[in-house]
Amino acid sequence: MTNPTLAAGPVERHLRARRDTGRGLLMPYVTGGITPGWTDYLRAFVAAGADAIEVGLPFSDPTLDGVTIQQAGDTALARGASTRRILADLAGIPEPGVPLVASTYYNLVLHDGSEAFCAALRRAGVSGLIVPDLPLHEADELAEAAAAAGIELALLASPSTPEPRLAEISRRSRGFVYAVSLMGTTGERAALAASAAELTARIRRGTDRPVLLGFGISTPDQAREAGRHADGVVVGAAVMRRVLDGAGPDDLRAFLATLRRALDQECDAPR
Amino acid sequence: MAHEGSILTAADLAGNGARGDDPDVHGKFGIFGGRYVPEALIPALDEVAAVYEKAKNDAQFLREFDHLLRTYAGRPTTLTDVQRFSEQAGGARVVLKREDLTHTGAHKINNVLGQALLTKRLGKKRVIAETGAGQHGVATATAAALLGLECVIYMGAVDCERQALNVARMKLLGATVVPVTNGSQTLKDAINEAFRDWVTNVDTTHYLFGTVAGPHPFPEIVRDFARIIGVEARRQILELTGRLPDAVCAAVGGGSNAIGAFHAFIGDEGVQLHGYEAAGRGLESGEHALTLTAGSVGVLHGARTYVLQDDEGQTIESHSISAGLDYPGVGPEHAWLRDSGRATYHGVTDDQAMAAFSLLARTEGIIPAIESSHALAGALELGRELGPEATILVNLSGRGDKDMGTAMKYFNL
Repeated sequence: MTNPTLAAGPVERHLRARRDTGRGLLMPYVTGGITPGWTDYLRAFVAAGADAIEVGLPFSDPTLDGVTIQQAGDTALARGASTRRILADLAGIPEPGVPLVASTYYNLVLHDGSEAFCAALRRAGVSGLIVPDLPLHEADELAEAAAAAGIELALLASPSTPEPRLAEISRRSRGFVYAVSLMGTTGERAALAASAAELTARIRRGTDRPVLLGFGISTPDQAREAGRHADGVVVGAAVMRRVLDGAGPDDLRAFLATLRRALDQECDAPR
Repeated sequence: MAHEGSILTAADLAGNGARGDDPDVHGKFGIFGGRYVPEALIPALDEVAAVYEKAKNDAQFLREFDHLLRTYAGRPTTLTDVQRFSEQAGGARVVLKREDLTHTGAHKINNVLGQALLTKRLGKKRVIAETGAGQHGVATATAAALLGLECVIYMGAVDCERQALNVARMKLLGATVVPVTNGSQTLKDAINEAFRDWVTNVDTTHYLFGTVAGPHPFPEIVRDFARIIGVEARRQILELTGRLPDAVCAAVGGGSNAIGAFHAFIGDEGVQLHGYEAAGRGLESGEHALTLTAGSVGVLHGARTYVLQDDEGQTIESHSISAGLDYPGVGPEHAWLRDSGRATYHGVTDDQAMAAFSLLARTEGIIPAIESSHALAGALELGRELGPEATILVNLSGRGDKDMGTAMKYFNL
């Protein structure tokens, strides 16, 4: 068996290196173009201790998103946000110091063509990509184009994903494996889903690639609990609800710092 | 299977006799179709495909479906020669396939009964569906009542208002109607919301998809259940005229009635297939639903197909006077038939459709659905082109009772 870190791209190497220091990983999400100065949120995320940042490229028909991310996408689109403008904004900011991971629906990729889309991400300083409506079989073409452009295409695994397929997802995912904690859409929930622990354990049996748990993680307690199972968490709706309510970068920095502390406490706790 | 009085055989359902036009194992019709959905839904789609594969070769399933089509939906539906209408079609002989005479008033009942039976076989007790005009919602609520299934219908808030009568029908049939208030508040957003429900409740719920769009295996399953339209019509027109028609015409929104009408004729090379999309206020106005005639290849609602999108890849809202054609996507098999040249697609404006609507009412005493009126308008033009020797089969996909509100406004009645 070859050493998987040899083939790993910069996103995976970065996440592995931080994980291996015993740190719980934090990947906050922001909808690109949500406010005129939206890239200021990225700086605040990094200052709060983010290990990677997910930047959503809004799409008119986000079938896997709950109401908060839908509203954020609609708001950004109504402001005139587009893939091109969001990537131009990213290209214009100083290197953030953590990997940027774009996420969007497949039509926006197909519209530009996989190669051109990935090349544009690369030029904007983005190094990872998540496409939630692109399941394993359909991902071949994009996976190839992404690899050629140096973009790490992270695949998603769901609690309903059966065993052989799960192993294939872990094997072909790049950067990290995105574990969807529950059967449902993005959005805040009262408690971490019971399916989260089981899915994470199943993924870990097949890979030591970083596993990030997303969907419904919105409080320090939930982050702490998620950190017990996965290498880290993705926090989207909890961030975007605050942004939609008018919270600025400093407010988000304070909120994410509470999640950072929760993840750090979990890692310091005796096992 | 050939028991007394049956109208449906395994070959009818599976489409034997038509030419190599089943999707591959991944649901691809050429480059179109496929499954662009979250991983979470893949096992459910696999399960639907497996249960359907078994059911379509199971004599018991065919008996149950056949029984419901005959004794509940009112099949076979008749053909009607419309001589006075034909005079306006250059004298070509126009023959209608009368799906308007089925229970609930439109062809939608065929697919719904088939999928409701599948739901039972899937062991699920709850169905969800999207609806635009409300016809698929009413048909789904009807089948759910018949088979004792819980039923939730997603409908754009704008459509709920436009089609208040159908909302009341669904409620009367015991369904819960959820108005969808996000996005453009029409059919495409109702589909988005139904997918969100499905991914959350997939253990207990079947998504009773209403057209030949969506992820594999829906385009294939819905087509097979709608296929009875063309299977019957092909037999009937041979009996009536002694030969195959020169052309088959149908309206295309998502495309289920058109595929249903076309499919049995695909292998008949001499039979032209014409689909009519809603040109709304005209191509130039930008207010239309000309997915196949003016759209471009994209992915919407789980399938790769032609879609209406802007130069950034965002879906454009469609427009049509008929809610049933007001959709910015189209079934992948139509995309494939278009590119292969086997079928030809045209646009019919709101005004042309309403003129045909009125003409059929006044010349034949039949009030068609505005959706079907697009195909009638197309047949008028095609008849003038093909001449008096031609026979044109038109799928009259539904009746116009539901459209009285629109007609009252349009004609100042």
